[in-house]
Amino acid sequence: MPPDSQPAAVPIDATTPAAPPELLELFRGFAKILLSGFGGVLVVARRAIVEKYRWMTADEFNETYALCHFLPGPNICNLSVVFGARIRGIPGSFAAFTGLVGPPVIIVSALAMIYARYGEIPALQRTLAGVSCAAVGLVMGVAGRMIWPLVKRREPVALGFLVAIFAAIGLLRWPLVPVLLTAIPLSIAVTWATRRNAVS
Amino acid sequence: MNGGLGDLWTLAWTFGLLSLFAIGGAASAIPEMHRIAVDLHHWMTDAQFADAFAISQLSPGPNILIVTLIGYQVAGVAGGVVATAAMCGPAAVMAYNVSRFLHRSSRSKWPAILQAALVPLSIGLMTASALVLAQAADRTWLAVVLTLASAILTLATRLNPLWLLLAGGCLGFAGVV
Repeated sequence: MPPDSQPAAVPIDATTPAAPPELLELFRGFAKILLSGFGGVLVVARRAIVEKYRWMTADEFNETYALCHFLPGPNICNLSVVFGARIRGIPGSFAAFTGLVGPPVIIVSALAMIYARYGEIPALQRTLAGVSCAAVGLVMGVAGRMIWPLVKRREPVALGFLVAIFAAIGLLRWPLVPVLLTAIPLSIAVTWATRRNAVS
Repeated sequence: MNGGLGDLWTLAWTFGLLSLFAIGGAASAIPEMHRIAVDLHHWMTDAQFADAFAISQLSPGPNILIVTLIGYQVAGVAGGVVATAAMCGPAAVMAYNVSRFLHRSSRSKWPAILQAALVPLSIGLMTASALVLAQAADRTWLAVVLTLASAILTLATRLNPLWLLLAGGCLGFAGVV
């Protein structure tokens, strides 16, 4: 296959996706997405898939992302698999997925070796401690951003579930699997019932 | 922790199961990872877990890389690869099948209901993650202040997260936290 063929090199309307990429291109595309995205892979992924390579239209991307967001598992990994499969079948998912996950796993393994060897050095320990404090703040900030719409729309049921999960997992440290096996059916049933009442 | 087949098997089924319950992504699964790696199997200490989280955030790539680091701690490079594949594999197979199914019946109202039902749960998990990580990482009151400052900056600005992490690292290096 041509090693460096750029799909959509010709300017075309962004609503029409380019021709399906080859497997190697899929791998390289996702590897690039990945290596350029610190923290926010999704933004980069969207820009690359929709705007740069034009493998998908904006609507297709949103639909695929919404699906991957509520399914379990790492969102962006799911996205790469679903996206790769739509375009090139199962080999396509493998190409996209290994492109996304392979290079970072190699990088982080190298970091792990360095940590195993030099992790005891006080300066490195202090630095990492500082990074983790800031990183925890990031998680809090992102969680806060996600809670806000529920508070604004005054959804007591959703907020109730949110607090219950926080208490069970965060405060009581109960195991995840039994908690979710209880909470998921309950939440689906309640949501379904309230929607049905809202319609009738 | 000798990296034998037994360890790899434990990693595979532990993270394979977790994969299917990580609604909302890897950040939601942090409390369970902590429970398994620190409390249950004693693979790492609280401080090592916080360090692993910091390293995974510093690395380019999806935030599941903390799984690679936990796997590495247990069984070296093979452990890291097995744990990462297990964390992604089952969920990916499920996503693939669901997407094919929904493609055929796209008028169903179930995706919307599922989403409305699962989003609060995943946000609840994320807040639990924040608490578990804060308890592992914030050992001094200055550390708490740094965490809160980073949380406020994340909420109030669109600052690239990498700057916050670098600032945290510099303050740590300087011995402030």
